[in-house]
Amino acid sequence: MTLTDRQQLSYIASQAADARLNVELETEGMTLNIGPQHPATHGTLRIICRLDGEQVIWAEPSAGYMHRGYEKLTEVRTFPQVTTLVNRIDWLGSFANEVPFILAAEKLMEIEAPPRAQVIRTILFELSRIANVSLFLGDLGVQMGAVTPVFLAFRDREYVLNLIESATGGRFHPNFDRIGGLKDDLPKGWIDEARQSVKKLMQFCDTIEDLLFGNEIFQSRMRGIGVIPAEVAKDYGLSGPNLRASGVDWDLRRDQELPMAWDKADWKVWTHPDGDSWARCWIRLQETRESCKIVEQLLDQIPAGPVMTKVPRIIKVPAGEAWVSTENPLGEMGYYVVSKGDLGPFRVKIRSASFNNISVVPWVLKGVYVPDVITILASLYFILGDIDR
Amino acid sequence: MPKKPKIPGLLKGLGVTFGTFVDTVTDGAQTVQYPHEKETPPIRARGVIALHEGNCTACMLCSRSCPDWCIYIEGHKQLAPPRRAGGKPRQVNHLDRFDIDYALCMYCGICVEVCPFDALFWSPEYEYSEPKIADLLHDKDKLGEWMETVPEAPDLEAGAGK
Amino acid sequence: MVQFAIEIPYWGQSLLRVVGGLVAVLLPAGGIVYLFLFKMMSFMQSRLGPMEAGPYGSLQLVAEVGKWMQKEDLAPERADVPIYKIAPLIVLLSTFLLIVVVPFGPDAYFTDFETGIFYAMAVGSVSVLGILIAGWSSANKYSLLGGLRAAGQLIAYELPMVLATLGVVIQAGSMNLNQIVVAQNDGEIFGFGGLGNPFIITQFVGFLIFMIAVQAELTQVPFDMPIAESELVSGYMTEYSGFRFLIFFIAEFATAGVFAFIASILFLGGWGIPFDWFGWDGADLGTVDNWMNVAGPIIMATKMFILVAIIMWVRFSYPRFREDQLQTFAWKFLIPLSLANIAATAILKVSF
Repeated sequence: MTLTDRQQLSYIASQAADARLNVELETEGMTLNIGPQHPATHGTLRIICRLDGEQVIWAEPSAGYMHRGYEKLTEVRTFPQVTTLVNRIDWLGSFANEVPFILAAEKLMEIEAPPRAQVIRTILFELSRIANVSLFLGDLGVQMGAVTPVFLAFRDREYVLNLIESATGGRFHPNFDRIGGLKDDLPKGWIDEARQSVKKLMQFCDTIEDLLFGNEIFQSRMRGIGVIPAEVAKDYGLSGPNLRASGVDWDLRRDQELPMAWDKADWKVWTHPDGDSWARCWIRLQETRESCKIVEQLLDQIPAGPVMTKVPRIIKVPAGEAWVSTENPLGEMGYYVVSKGDLGPFRVKIRSASFNNISVVPWVLKGVYVPDVITILASLYFILGDIDR
Repeated sequence: MPKKPKIPGLLKGLGVTFGTFVDTVTDGAQTVQYPHEKETPPIRARGVIALHEGNCTACMLCSRSCPDWCIYIEGHKQLAPPRRAGGKPRQVNHLDRFDIDYALCMYCGICVEVCPFDALFWSPEYEYSEPKIADLLHDKDKLGEWMETVPEAPDLEAGAGK
Repeated sequence: MVQFAIEIPYWGQSLLRVVGGLVAVLLPAGGIVYLFLFKMMSFMQSRLGPMEAGPYGSLQLVAEVGKWMQKEDLAPERADVPIYKIAPLIVLLSTFLLIVVVPFGPDAYFTDFETGIFYAMAVGSVSVLGILIAGWSSANKYSLLGGLRAAGQLIAYELPMVLATLGVVIQAGSMNLNQIVVAQNDGEIFGFGGLGNPFIITQFVGFLIFMIAVQAELTQVPFDMPIAESELVSGYMTEYSGFRFLIFFIAEFATAGVFAFIASILFLGGWGIPFDWFGWDGADLGTVDNWMNVAGPIIMATKMFILVAIIMWVRFSYPRFREDQLQTFAWKFLIPLSLANIAATAILKVSF
């Protein structure tokens, strides 16, 4: 389109007038640092938000305040020593962190844990998932001002932690996995105790559903907020419940051949088409129930036998590289282990779920209000140790 | 099938908190009033590491396998009287110092596991906090006192095999 | 005013009033904090709450006050210090101004305004001023957000509150709080006077609106967006420490007590018991026995604690609304509903 000089001049003049007006009306945005010390970040995550009023126009997570250097630390430790480090990555579901590393080491050594150890591993894995997610379900309330759910969550998580403690000796850091099996067998009476605890946890899921998920205020805060479409979720590398909430049917427990016992139980992978905060929370609630079901079924199927295969007393892992990832409470957790045939690994790359899960934060926080920032972060559910490692 | 009238979630939530209130009044709280009453930790609980000094040969395996190197061992070789009359005097390692720095310890239990002579044990004892962090370095006498609190290993679940 | 056997000089009366006011504000606040915040909340969460200070932790509050008093009174470097320091006092002041018109018995009141409820609604909003300047002068972004949210919310819920009381005023035919009490205890429902006529029955919608508005005025969950500890740290109180934080804290629960007092006067019959029982005449307060001046405060306190129990119960069970949701709720639902309530009350008042 060609313009006459006159038109052009008037166009330029009007542009200039607009610009002047904009300068006069333009208000300065406010930069709000949510964190590093903030009640909502359960750890030291900093989210830099630029606000226009209460609307976020730009956001970026700034991680690394709690970097503990686990990848480097593993290089100067022997293989048995590494498990005690890696179960501090996601401290709420710590048993689940040990498993992929041990599986990777076993893969390199070309051994496999005995069937009894595999089943017990799977049970403890799912128990740590329950412990992790039940705290999420309670914490969700606190992020929205409801104080009671978190105390109920702490109350009922105790049943799981007691189980883990009486089997492994550690409440939070079991360090129970060994290359080639488990450290010890279960103590007597553990299976009955576990059955009762799992029933209590099923009740806890109902309680939370009544108290929080059924609440109309909660639903109005959650539905349609922080929608992550399936394509975006895949692009940002989301995994676990966050990905399944976007409608992607992807669960490493089912889709992957591992020497674990998930295929012995009958359970369902839940997906939700919406991809909003509500979907993410709902998926986690359903998965806690599924985990309870898995544990209940596997408790009947523990085969007799040893829990440890023959491994040399001093473990030297043959040279090679292995990648094993599992479906951890927070998402896909994997270890890429490079061994040069020494006592310890040459290099370990840790793929932790939360780090990838929060990478979607700048995308999903654009244009939401400050109160929703908190609910979206809560529904994405990250653990700082899992982000910073 | 008649449709059940749907109770609004707001009222259900009030019901849950009220139910918990009644439970706490009638059955007591879930919490324990700690200094007055204590929970017994499970047998396997990793509370503190106890040392059976007589069994230790100062072989340094625990010290070397510790992931954060918090066990300090010093020993010397000395001659012990022979086992049988008329035999040669034996050479044994005598333990001079066995310190564990509980400020550094990660409670992983690797030292207990690698000990070839059953000198280290887990005790569920947990009340040994100190006002100063340096006081958490416990010597072998203190570690030996905890031997009394070490429980028997629990029976194993049915089906446990060798 | 209560008739004393001996003549008390004016300064003595003033002193008595001051002491009475302090007791009427601080005692309920302490009771609320201990009974509900410490004990009821704990029991609802399957724990016992404070147990160490005094029997069943009853002296915990004294310990807490002692703790807060010891703490340093800090002000941020860029804060507007004089204003910053005065803000909590303004918030507490509004509570004391409110208690002035609350009658605890036929003669046990501080002043007897003809337009008592009008005055109460007016001074109730003074606290907004304190909160707003606390948020602004703290020189903190969280405080600013909290203060602005508080201002918007408190103004929005002021309206349904006033409109809900209007129904009561129409029915009682008076703005004097004592007259409203008399109207309820002297009245009768369809000829049955055994229970009096507490307005909670005839004005149930008004009662609900009033309680929701009170919940919002007190910034309790689900309307605690201005404080919102998980996102705004502590809202307008973020920067306050020590004694000034304590004043905010006291003001929060004292105001809860005072608003519950007012609600019990408006809807539950206040200090009174149905006058039918003793043959008193509502038209003349002089016929009411003098012991009501002692029994009245106790009855009032009971009703107040029941109402606060409901407020706190909701607080401990619900998550919070978002700012725009609660504004929508106030302007698009509560205000039209209360207007309809007024219209219905007026029509029924005229026709019966």
